[in-house]
Amino acid sequence: MTDAPLPARRAGAGEEFRALPEEDRLERLRGYSSELPPVPEHLAGNVDMYERVAECQSPVFINVEVTDGVVAMHATAPPEAPTTRGFASILVQGLTGLTADEVLAIPGDYPQTIGLTKSVSPLRIAGMTGMLVRAQRQVAEKR
Amino acid sequence: MTVEHDNSSAKFAEYAAPGRLVTTEWLAANLDAPGLVVVESDEDVLLYETGHIPGAVKVDWHTELNDPVVRDYVDGKGFAELLSRKGISRDDTVVIYGDKNNWWAAYALWVFSLFGHEDVRLVDGGRDKWIAEGREITTEKTVRPATEYPVVERDDSVLRAYKDDVLAFIGQGPLIDVRSPEEYSGERTHMPAYPDESSLRGGHIPTAKSVPWSRAVAEDGGFKTRAELEEIYQDGAGLKAGDDVIAYCRIGERSSLTWFVLQHLLGFENVRNYDGSWTEWGSAVRVPIVTGTEPGSL
Repeated sequence: MTDAPLPARRAGAGEEFRALPEEDRLERLRGYSSELPPVPEHLAGNVDMYERVAECQSPVFINVEVTDGVVAMHATAPPEAPTTRGFASILVQGLTGLTADEVLAIPGDYPQTIGLTKSVSPLRIAGMTGMLVRAQRQVAEKR
Repeated sequence: MTVEHDNSSAKFAEYAAPGRLVTTEWLAANLDAPGLVVVESDEDVLLYETGHIPGAVKVDWHTELNDPVVRDYVDGKGFAELLSRKGISRDDTVVIYGDKNNWWAAYALWVFSLFGHEDVRLVDGGRDKWIAEGREITTEKTVRPATEYPVVERDDSVLRAYKDDVLAFIGQGPLIDVRSPEEYSGERTHMPAYPDESSLRGGHIPTAKSVPWSRAVAEDGGFKTRAELEEIYQDGAGLKAGDDVIAYCRIGERSSLTWFVLQHLLGFENVRNYDGSWTEWGSAVRVPIVTGTEPGSL
């Protein structure tokens, strides 16, 4: 165990946003939005494999796989919901490759700590919290 | 300088204040009109950056029109600073459009109206209609020279209702609840697919009639005709000419759209938006609440 509250990779997005001046953070979130990876072939087109995140302001579907204790998260969100895509992308990039234990150890208030609350508003960041909670629940069920 | 009204639409001509709406066609033809500023106001904070109407500036309800600390809107000084920075003058014609059937556009229009900005209009059908029609959008950053918008104190007395106003209004005049039927009855405390914003109780304000906001919207995303709207709000919900009305929803965004319909399209002269809405009422101590599908009484 280390003193770090989050695994190093998870801390990444927060450090990255907080290092930016407030006015540049939305642009970086937009970058995340365009970096949301396509879902793998074995999941694409299979909506049943996805769970709709009800807390999110726009339709977003997530699926988490746990293979040998390692997490891979996948998500889809429409292009007309770039903020939701950005949130999903931060989680997909951050959670994928972590162990199940590491994902479950991420604090529930993580979305409020990454330096985006002011730029996007507390109401909107709640959508990311909903996504994280769903992902963690899927990890707990599938580990 | 006031830009001429959009007189092209037979549908608009029936409304009480036809000048409060513009068609996408009219806007496309008037983008360069002197004295006209186009404003985009969205639910999604990044949507404007992915492409907007050429020359449009972004005004975000969440992060720019709200006070960052108190649950309230910016004050006169804050509004003057914001509009000066956006390059909007007090006598400019402001035309607002947005995503999600213009919820946040209508909310922004309502806030502009609290400050008495005189000529502020909505694009009928909003962002979705503009894009569906294949009209031009751009990611080019809009640069407008800063203006010196005057400091005008916000006047909440005419268009805005506080919780105590609503409490005193129960039984005195019609309340319109524009949320989904499930929120009205108390089955759920928040909008389907939206974050739970922590109302401690479910239900509605006693005597409030349920008229979900979406009933005012036509299939093309624009507003329904005046005759259709009268059928919904007058024949259906029982509003009568001359009534004072208060509309509410969850945080005031959907009810801003209904406020716009009642005030500007149907011509009710005293319509207030209760922006505290259910997130305040549903958590306030000892205010009366009715559950179920009937309006109930005090």
